[in-house]
Amino acid sequence: MGDTAYIYLEDGTSFQGDAFGYNTVKCGELIFTTSMNGYPESLSDPSYAGQIMIITHPLVGNYGVPKRSSDDGILLNFESEKVQVDGLIVSELTKSEKWNCALNLDEWLANQNTPGISGLDTRLLTKKVRDKGAMMCAISTRGRLRYPERVLKKDYTKINFVEQLSPKRPIVQNRYRKSVVVVDCGVKHGILRNVSRLGYNVIRVPYNYTADKIMSFNPAGVLYSNGPGNPNLLKEVVSSMQTVLEYKIPVFGICLGHQIASLALGGRVRKMKFGHRAVNKAVVDQISGKAYITSHNHGYAMTPRDMPDEGKIWLMSPDDNIVEGALYKKRNMMTTQFHPEGRPGTNDAGFIFGMFGKMIKENGN
Amino acid sequence: MVTEMTGRKVIVLGSGAIKIGEAAEFDYSGSQALRVLKEEGYESVLINPNVATVQTSYDMADKVYLLPVEPYFIERVIEKERPWGVMVGFGGQTALSAGVALHHSGVFKKYGIKVLGTSIDGIERALSREKFKETMREHGIKVPPSGSAKNKKSAIRLAKRLGYPLMMRVSFNLGGRGSAVLWNEKDLERELERAFAQSSIGEILLERYLHGWKEIEYEVVRDSMGNCAVTACIENLDPMGVHTGDSVVVTPAQTLDNYEYQMMRTISIRVAEAINLVGECNVQFALSPHGYEAYVIETNPRMSRSSALASKATGYPLAYVAAKIAFGHNLYDIKNSVSKSTTAFFEPSLDYITIKMPRWDLAKFDSAVQSVGTEMKSIGEVMAIGRNFEEAMQKAVRMLQIGEPGLVGGPIYHSSMGKKEIVETLKQRRPYWQLYVMKAFKEGMSVYEVHDITSVDLFFLKKLHSLAQTYEKRSKKPNAKEYKSMKRLGFSDAQLGVSRSNNLSVKQIDTMAGEWPAQTNYLYTTSLGEEDDIDTKAKKRKLLVLGAGVFRIGVSVEFDFGSVALAEGAKRYFDEVSMINYNPETVSTDWDRVHKLYFDELTEETVVNVHRKEKFESIATFAGGQIGNNLSLALERRGIKLFGTSGKSIDIAEDRNRFSALLEKLGIKQASWASATSLNQMSEFVEKFGFPVLVRPSYVLSGSAMKIANNMSELADYIDAATKLSPKHPIIMSSFIKEGIEAELDCGADGENAMGVTLRHIEEAGVHSGDSTIATPFLDGGPSAKMKEIALRLVNELDIKGPFNLQFIIEKNEPLVIELNLRASRSMPFASKSVGVNIMDHAINGVFGRFDWNGFYEPEHRAFAVKSPQFSWGQLRGAYPVLGPEMRSTGESAAFGRSLNSALIKSWLGVQPNKVPSAGVLIYGEKDRGLLKETADALAQKIGVSTLAVAPMHNHPALEIKHALDLIDQKRIDMIITNNGMRNVDYEIRRKAVDLNIPIVLNARLGRALADALFLDNLDCDEMKEHWKGGSVVSVG
Repeated sequence: MGDTAYIYLEDGTSFQGDAFGYNTVKCGELIFTTSMNGYPESLSDPSYAGQIMIITHPLVGNYGVPKRSSDDGILLNFESEKVQVDGLIVSELTKSEKWNCALNLDEWLANQNTPGISGLDTRLLTKKVRDKGAMMCAISTRGRLRYPERVLKKDYTKINFVEQLSPKRPIVQNRYRKSVVVVDCGVKHGILRNVSRLGYNVIRVPYNYTADKIMSFNPAGVLYSNGPGNPNLLKEVVSSMQTVLEYKIPVFGICLGHQIASLALGGRVRKMKFGHRAVNKAVVDQISGKAYITSHNHGYAMTPRDMPDEGKIWLMSPDDNIVEGALYKKRNMMTTQFHPEGRPGTNDAGFIFGMFGKMIKENGN
Repeated sequence: MVTEMTGRKVIVLGSGAIKIGEAAEFDYSGSQALRVLKEEGYESVLINPNVATVQTSYDMADKVYLLPVEPYFIERVIEKERPWGVMVGFGGQTALSAGVALHHSGVFKKYGIKVLGTSIDGIERALSREKFKETMREHGIKVPPSGSAKNKKSAIRLAKRLGYPLMMRVSFNLGGRGSAVLWNEKDLERELERAFAQSSIGEILLERYLHGWKEIEYEVVRDSMGNCAVTACIENLDPMGVHTGDSVVVTPAQTLDNYEYQMMRTISIRVAEAINLVGECNVQFALSPHGYEAYVIETNPRMSRSSALASKATGYPLAYVAAKIAFGHNLYDIKNSVSKSTTAFFEPSLDYITIKMPRWDLAKFDSAVQSVGTEMKSIGEVMAIGRNFEEAMQKAVRMLQIGEPGLVGGPIYHSSMGKKEIVETLKQRRPYWQLYVMKAFKEGMSVYEVHDITSVDLFFLKKLHSLAQTYEKRSKKPNAKEYKSMKRLGFSDAQLGVSRSNNLSVKQIDTMAGEWPAQTNYLYTTSLGEEDDIDTKAKKRKLLVLGAGVFRIGVSVEFDFGSVALAEGAKRYFDEVSMINYNPETVSTDWDRVHKLYFDELTEETVVNVHRKEKFESIATFAGGQIGNNLSLALERRGIKLFGTSGKSIDIAEDRNRFSALLEKLGIKQASWASATSLNQMSEFVEKFGFPVLVRPSYVLSGSAMKIANNMSELADYIDAATKLSPKHPIIMSSFIKEGIEAELDCGADGENAMGVTLRHIEEAGVHSGDSTIATPFLDGGPSAKMKEIALRLVNELDIKGPFNLQFIIEKNEPLVIELNLRASRSMPFASKSVGVNIMDHAINGVFGRFDWNGFYEPEHRAFAVKSPQFSWGQLRGAYPVLGPEMRSTGESAAFGRSLNSALIKSWLGVQPNKVPSAGVLIYGEKDRGLLKETADALAQKIGVSTLAVAPMHNHPALEIKHALDLIDQKRIDMIITNNGMRNVDYEIRRKAVDLNIPIVLNARLGRALADALFLDNLDCDEMKEHWKGGSVVSVG
């Protein structure tokens, strides 16, 4: 530390603070998360690819970063193998004394080629994003940029991040008799963990795998995963789902998967002003009236008007009229916009994986 | 009276007098419950003898009964009011225990009353240690290995089975009372009797003591549909074994990773489900500092101190939401009152750090054990908000008002303590470890050494260590850059020895870390910001009210009442009323009360900085007690306009010398006194007026460092201690008029005329006014007329505009002035309510214009009113119960009556653990033996209880004491009346009494008065307004 870092925003403003992490220049969409802990999970969440994250809680790094641990290829304490954000903005970077700390946050980001900046009024930046909407941001830990606008030229909405993150060939488990295929658009390992707990092999396939290839695994169910970026760019995924649905096997869509379902069945998905990125958000079951506190990370969404005709609104955000869960009974599909696996976040809606398991069982598997 | 006809009436039980473990947080939460009742269209009936609260002011409640929160009185009210429902979750343990008792005695059933919120069954599953443990096990929730016992034999057997060290806990208790860490069987035997006496069901629990584990708390709300939100997670810096009320705590938790946080969060929801919670509860965990292991320790199925803290820390109005839930609302149908755009079904996200720090006053208590442990001992607490840990910590230390300017640089940091002494202090867990830790670092101790002793997480210790290093390395004259970086670590200008204009930012507390635009007026200031969240420049007529700050002995809810009353009343005259205060337990820090709430320091630096931004028209310093008073002159000198009486006048009243000279000039009589700066001057005084003399420094509240000296050597001893406390001011000594009656006036004035209420003390002079039983009206017309005349002369002379309190001693019908306080007083709420007139409101009117009468107006008294002090002896292990010139009570109870005796007995019974005796009364004492004898005779003939006089003690004291102790052990004594202090003689009796919750009267005059009041038949139980209409008009001179 001690070096100065700079950020430059699309609206022409710039700020300076203390540099940490990797010495570089990056550009990404500026977003914020209000989750007060769980930064190792958030920073490794592939849905954040292409973004620069503000953490609104002022102290970050307090418990460091744990040693990677995994079970049959599924990570237990990270959401992917690497840091996914393009930069981190915090008010204060701290050092850890935790019993299970393997690295300090600063060291981890340095190892992972990710720049960080601290000492800023993060509330000011958060309010900016809230009021003006998500915007592009350049971050430099390598000194002042003479022409930040050159770096800022990147357009988040036009980049296919899924293509960059998705595995190039299937990743297969051989534990159980039956399998669930996960169409991996940048899946969080928390999701894989929950599927594996149902007692099925998790088979991760490339996002652009066709329905035929997916069905060749004879899956008991198919899960369309979360992932970063603009869903409207993912035509292949939409079309694979359209075909998979014809097989009437249980399908579960999470986050990006929820949006793909809408697009596959004639609905719409729109970019939100600044998205939901928090672990404290309510969803209300429109059928039972029960409500849950859940983990959210999405910058695109649909309102009831955007829903496909055949979808039934299942879960709603009571705060802003966003459809957070949908049921497609005829299709044997359910989808959630939020993350029932938490990580970071609550386990209150973890039972939804159980529902998926039940759908599979009822389908004869 | 439409509501009465529909029968939609709900009784709310308050928490009674303020004591250690139950403070003004229940005024706050009860007020929120009353507000919900109003919104829901119910008529509310409040039972609470705490006259000093905001909730007993018809501010929210429709009906107020100043009566003890005890089954007998509650049933009397139920009989009269026939309510539809009752709320027992908003008045602390007092209300909950009374509710459980009324449930079991069938009273609720008999009158068909619905218990709103969590059921009694659920409450019992939470509060009975045995049932709780069973319930947790049934639900597969891990609790520490433990067992419960109802007698000594089974406790010893159980302890052997579990193995030492053990934690002993008590069912249905308050403030951890009776609990202890036991290292061996000897400890167990010593503690058992006391522990059993603290449980209303006579049950204790022994559990494995998790030494050095972390203590974490969650606050859960759950609605009747079963929806749950976990609104706060609080991390104790102190480890297990220190009562959470006595711990430094940080919100949000700082050292938990996602797995730990969610694991315990999920369990806390399961705990709420297991007791079928409907409302709010707090779940406490012990968390291993070495691995993923946690146990549930306990749950409080009601609003608690922690939940009040959590509300203020997060901006989530827990009490309000809990009350809404009690009426069947779902969480997501309740609006988030801070954001106004989202619902109450969410979990707050904080973009700041809050630190809660306890404030102790142990030094005031002779023989009290000075270390902090499983039983709560702190009197008050502060909450500081900052954008980092250091800023919040340093603010919090300043807020404690213990003469420390922050974590470093104060008396403790610069003391001559050596390493050995520091280690001992930390080992014994003396109050304010955070300051001794800084001293330890200064003396070269490592964070690891300190960690080994204190078990405070290294994360925090390293931050503190680094702060100490930064302070040590600072430049004498910091440049702008260094100054800024020091400010970002929370240093005050006083601490740095510089004075610069610091650029503070005003930030909002909005419950969601800025995610949504919020209309919130809940604010704090920080040196770690680059912009203000709000517009401070609006041109309006603005008033700033300074609150009372931390509660300590002498400053309690009375001053919060004053602050709230002032803020409310001032809205008539100002466009915008702001408040600065930092006490999370209060109503004045409820952001719904004022236009802007600055939850911040009451230091000159902060007040001036806020003023620079806001440009208030004036600042009111008179409502919150001494803190404001002490700032007034400094603010005035900076050209800030004070609301009401000038700073100059305040300074005259506070400076004993100048005030006395003024009295002399006006020909007003005063008790003989002198101001001395040397022993010689003192001897001169004593030669003239003789011993005993009362000595004290000027500029004090609650008689801190006030002593009665009986001889020259006591005087000499005193000087060192006192001069340390107030170096700029000399020592005041006055002759001590023992036979006199103490009297007071609580008033409002317009610079010329005044209104107010006359009060008299039952105890003689020498007992601090805060520890006295106070009655009104003052029946003897002569002196009271003279008192008012004196008051008017002072009003005119000092141009008093606003509230004031004038104290007298009446010697042979002649009032002599003792002191004048140009501010709201401790007794003002009592004086106001005794006649149904808000003195503060008149005081505000007096600032703006003339009263519409000439001279002194005392409203008509239509009832007798008595206020009694509440002590917390039992909670302060080892403290010797005694009355003196130094205040020691923690709260007060009051009652009105158709006769003086009726008011007296109800007021006295409102104090815990007072009860009407049924077995026997022990009466003894050295002084005032005539009065004690009379008391014994009166009690013996009137009610036939066996009274026992142990006096004269000096014949066979040891034998007599042993006999008395035996009688107590045999449960043949359930009340004690004594007098003065005889520490060397009767320490054991007094201590045993308070440890076993036996009522003890410490003054002969009070004992005599109670003898006539104790066994009254047909106590009137009128509502407060009925008293004001009153059948018994009392003529006042």
